[in-house]
Parts: sequence; C-alpha cells; structure tokens
Amino acid sequence: MSPSSPPVSARATSGLDLPPAGAPEPPGHPDGVHATARIRAAHNGRVTTLPQLHSDGPFHVRRMRTSGNTAMVGIIGAMSAPLGGDRLTLDITAEDRAELEVTTAAATLALRGPTTEAATYDVRLTVGEHARLRWLPQPLISAAGSNLRQTYTVELAATARLMLREEQLLGRADEEPGHLVSRILVHRAGRPLLDQHTAYGAPEPGWNGPAVLNGHRAVGQLLLVGPRLDIRRDPVLLGTGTKDGCAVLAPLADGPALLATAIAPNASTLRELLDKAHAHALNR
Amino acid sequence: MSRAALLLLADGRFPAGGHAHSGGVEAAVAHGAVHDTDSLEAFCRGRLHTTGLTTAALAAAAAGGHDPLLLDDAADARTPAPALRAAARRLGRQMLRAARAAFPSAELERLAAARPQGAHQPIVLGLAARAAGLAPVDAAHAVAYENIGGPATAAVRLLSLDPLDASRLLARLGPETDAVAAAASGAAARAMAEGIDVLPSASSPLLDIAAEQHAAWSVRLFAS
Amino acid sequence: MHLDHSLPQQHSPSASATRPDGNRRALRVGLGGPVGSGKTATVAALCRTLRDRWCIAAVTNDIYTREDAEYLLREAVLPPERITAVETGACPHTAIRDDISANLEAVEHLEETLHPLDLILVESGGDNLTATFSKGLVDVQIFVIDVASGDDIPRKGGPGITTADLLVINKTDLAPHVGADLDAMAIDAKRQRGDLPVIFTSLTSDDGVREVADWVTGHLAQWRAGAAA
Repeated sequence: MSPSSPPVSARATSGLDLPPAGAPEPPGHPDGVHATARIRAAHNGRVTTLPQLHSDGPFHVRRMRTSGNTAMVGIIGAMSAPLGGDRLTLDITAEDRAELEVTTAAATLALRGPTTEAATYDVRLTVGEHARLRWLPQPLISAAGSNLRQTYTVELAATARLMLREEQLLGRADEEPGHLVSRILVHRAGRPLLDQHTAYGAPEPGWNGPAVLNGHRAVGQLLLVGPRLDIRRDPVLLGTGTKDGCAVLAPLADGPALLATAIAPNASTLRELLDKAHAHALNR
Repeated sequence: MSRAALLLLADGRFPAGGHAHSGGVEAAVAHGAVHDTDSLEAFCRGRLHTTGLTTAALAAAAAGGHDPLLLDDAADARTPAPALRAAARRLGRQMLRAARAAFPSAELERLAAARPQGAHQPIVLGLAARAAGLAPVDAAHAVAYENIGGPATAAVRLLSLDPLDASRLLARLGPETDAVAAAASGAAARAMAEGIDVLPSASSPLLDIAAEQHAAWSVRLFAS
Repeated sequence: MHLDHSLPQQHSPSASATRPDGNRRALRVGLGGPVGSGKTATVAALCRTLRDRWCIAAVTNDIYTREDAEYLLREAVLPPERITAVETGACPHTAIRDDISANLEAVEHLEETLHPLDLILVESGGDNLTATFSKGLVDVQIFVIDVASGDDIPRKGGPGITTADLLVINKTDLAPHVGADLDAMAIDAKRQRGDLPVIFTSLTSDDGVREVADWVTGHLAQWRAGAAA
C-alpha cells in the first residue's frame, strides 16, 4: 500500500474531502506536528521479535512484557496531540507468523490547537499470513473545537487474525464535540471486507439525529477477523431499544469476520457493550 | 436520454418492492426516536447523508459502466448489517424483475445470471438507468430521493402524519438531495480512474444496529 | 422462511405458465376478502382436504407479519417449509395487485425448493374490500365474505364481489343468529356476478369446504390438461 494515499472522503456536505489517492499529501499547518511512528513485528522461527520500534512526535513507542508468543507494545503520548494542523501516522505491521498486541496508555484527545484546520491521524495496520495483531487503544475523544480526520487502513493476508477496537467519545463531559470524520477500510486477501465512513459534530448534517446517533455520545466498534472464528451465527443483539446504549454483533459478508457496532450514552457503557460482544464472539 | 425513464425508475409505484420497506423508520418509530414531522425530517437528513450518499454513488457507478460485480462486493463491504444486506439483495431481485421488463438489456441479463440471489438494489437500479440511456447523476438522484421518500411514506403510514407535512419536508430536503446526488456521481466518475475505494462509504451506526433489532421482531409491518 | 439463502433461479417478468425447464408450473389460486371472513380458515381447510392428493404450498400476505402464517403453522396444515409470509409494509393490497414482486419472489422460491408443486394458495391480507389479485400473480382468485358482516355486502358489489372467479359466502351457520337473509345474498350475488359461481360454506361443519375444494380441483385439472396439450 502506498504510504501517501489516505482514503478519500466523499461526503456531500462536509466540504473536507481528502485528496484522491496518489495526490501529494496536504502540507498541514506550519505549526502542526508531522510524525510517523512505526512498529514492526516479525517471527524468527521461534518467537515474535520487534525489529522496528520507531517513536516520533507525540508517539512514544515502548516494548512491554511479552505474553506467550505475543509481543506487547505500548504507545505513550509524549505531547498533546492531535491538534489542528497535525499530520500523524501510525504504521503497525505484524509480519508472517508474528503475534503483536498494541495498546495506548491513555485516551487520545483531539483538541483545537493553533488553527481550525483539520488534523489527520492515519493508522495503518498490516497483518501477514498466520500472523495476529490486536490493536486495542484507549478511546479517542473529540473535544469541543477540534477538527480531526482519522483513517484506518487495514491490509490482511488470507490467514491473518485481527482484533481491532475503536471507541470514539464525542466531547468531554458536558461539552459539544468537535468535528470528527473517520474512515475504516479493511482489505482481506486483496478484497474489500469492510469500508465505513462516519462523520460527527457540526457542521455535519443529521449526525446527531434519529438515523445516526440519536443523542448518544459514545460510539465504537470491535472487528474480529480470523479463519477459526465461528461466523455461521445469527446476529447477537445487546441492549434493549436504543436509549440506554445498544450493540449488534454480526458476521461480515466476505470473510471470516465478525463486527460489533455499539452506541452508548457514555464511555463505560460503550466498553461494557463491546466487552460483551467480544465474549459472545468467542462463544463464552 | 429519456427523462420519462427517470421518472418511471424513481416512481414509488414502479413495481420493485420498495413499498414494503421503511428504510429503518419503523424501528426508529418503535424506539420513539421518530415521532413527528421534525424528527422524521432529522431522520431523513441523517439517512440521506449516510447510506443515501453511499448507495447513490453505487448506483451512479453502475450507470457509468463500472463493473457491477465489483460494485456488488463494494456494497457488501459497505453494509456490515446482515439484515440490510439481505434486504438490499431481495430488493435487487425485485428491481431486476421490473427493470428487465421495462428496460431490457444484455447487461441486466448478465447480472441476473451472475447474481441469482440478487445484487444490491442500487447497482441494479444503476444498470437499469444505463439501459434506459440515463446518466450516472440521474441514477444517483433516483437512489438519493428513494432514501428519504421511502421512510417518509412509511412514517406517514406508521404515525398517521399529515401527508402534506411529509411532502413539505421532502421538498425542503430537495437541495440537499441534489447535493448528495452530485457528490455521489462525482465520486463515481473518479472511481472509474482511481478505483472503487474512492466511492463513499458513509454509514450510520444506529441504522445498522436498529436494522438487526427490527429483523428480530416477530411482528412488524415493514420488511426492513 | 428466509428467501435470501437459497435462490429462485427464474426471473420471469410475469406469471408465465411454464417454468424455465419448460414444465408447467403450479396453479396459483388467490384468496381475497375482508378481514375476519375466514380466508385463513378456508386456506387451512383446503390444505387439509387436498394435501393427500396434490402437492401444495401457501403464501400469506399479513397485515402484521406472519400472523396468518403462524396460524397455518399452528394448525399444522402444511409443513413449515411450505408456508411463506410476505411482508407488505402496511399495504397488503399493494402487494397482491400493484407491486406483486415480493409475492412473485415467494411463489417462485416455493416452486424452486419444493418442485414439483401442483398448487400454490396465495392469501391476501384482507385490509381492503376492493383488493383483487393481479393476473400477473394468480391464475384464478376466490373472494371470501361472510354472512355475519352484513347480508348487504353482495348488493354493494365492488371488484372482488363482481369479478372474482369464485365468490365464497362463509359462516352460513351464523345466519340465523345475525339475521342474515341467505336467499337475498344469493340473489344479489347473482345480479352482481352473472354466471360466475357462488358457494355458501360453513367451515364449522364436517367437510364444509368440499364444494370449494372441488372447484379448485376442477381448475387444477384444467390447468394440467393445458400442460398436456
């Protein structure tokens, strides 16, 4: 995958389209931070090793204890980011047969910064044959006045296993959220598995209405991919109605993959729903 | 091109099964989220800018000659809720039947043979528009409008709303519908050169969750 | 039964009399009429009477999904895979007349999965006294009314009363209790329908559906003769 091709937003009214693939990356604000952190895990025939751990800008990348054959990496925020104008990239690869788990130490807080220009935060996850990646960051918080474009670009080999959790909190306590536009694009064995684009906060039309969030301020997903997943199942519904938070766990169309989608009034309810969905996915 | 063909394709009376689907509004009414004209308008606006944009672009791409089977895969990736995939394919089968009668074409026959369980409905509509000599933006318009016209009609039945209020809100959403159709056909044009991933994938978590809840009801008026 | 998991291979634009393989398809009989007149009970009785001789399936168009299908399942008149409920978006009359695509999907699915079928009974939702079946969906249609809803219904007419291939006036056993004049109903029906047949039934009596079953059997014989011709 080309490192300079963020997925394209084509929302009708956001007026914030990313450039088409192949176009040069926008320069960002002169005051903005440009940083690309890289984590690469490999398998040396016996265990998973970490041949590349590259910290950059706000991302301080640290090796944690190893759990079984799984290499554990923590990302510690070294400065406040993303702020408007920042260009941040996380590039995480689990090469063939490697097993890697990456977490973040604290929530990621999108703030307004020196400019109202959007910050970009691109997460690229690549998982090789028989490799496993667990990406379990703390929530992303869209603070009032912030403007963030987040992308997930995920490339999975046919036998790759993935666990990806994404939680978005719209506004800190009792504040309006900033503008948060996200896209997740997952390919498995070169075919599209999941492609979703969400956009919350002013000036997006209809984002808080009864067709999209209906007043909820916490939204998240848990994506599980793996050849051994039990996907021949009916959707699992969590929560009654939609008022106090709800989720559904269901198989995707093209692959051994389950996706849980949840909305909730707050972060703790959201995490509970995603944890329950995870337990269902593992038939516990 | 025949403008009358566009009116026929977009007509709620075109016998392609749309009348039995509420576009998620039956679930939203049951949850109390849609209860009057204003909340219906908010629902329609949210739907228009999420699944409306996504499906309008798929239709425009099909009308523009993009490979319908690749578009069908792209539609699957953009539809994580199994109930919505099933509804889209069922409506696709029904649309295909009507389209093959109204606008027979070799491309529609090929799609029918390649996808006996039905392709996603917007792709069938796009191919029908193509067979009728319509432009991609026409197909996008038909789908964008249907994305709000369907729920509005269903809400009139479910809530006994004044149909004049429903018509007024659809008219009020007209400029936004036009903008969505234009963005959809613009993206479809770019997809010809840049590949299918540039098609919009705007989505709504609540539409996906509520669709699965609705599919599990034992008693309901609408199929989706 | 979900239609999404197995496939109707045929997409005939209208109710062609033959299957894609050239064989004659099942006869499709529509049963319409107002709510409460005994449509579902008639379908159930027809199934019980005819199922040993013919291979039968049923499609229901409920106002609320599956109510009538559930009744047929409960009464066990047919195995579950032979009963399909079509969802109609609060407008059953649209689904049998103006936009028959969902019903065509359902009958074709039954034909594909249960081949060879002799007879498919399509029951309307009964939301509308004026609702009739499209000729694109059914080959013949039966309109079911009952004496308890008023003995002036035949006089009032309407497309179901006047044009259905068979008019069934049900619940004759209730006539003395509701003061319905069966003779007047017969005269009014004759005036509205000319030579088209009318049958009075009481499904509570043994074999009360016999005459209707014979009428269906007659049409089935004709349909199959057409296949042989």
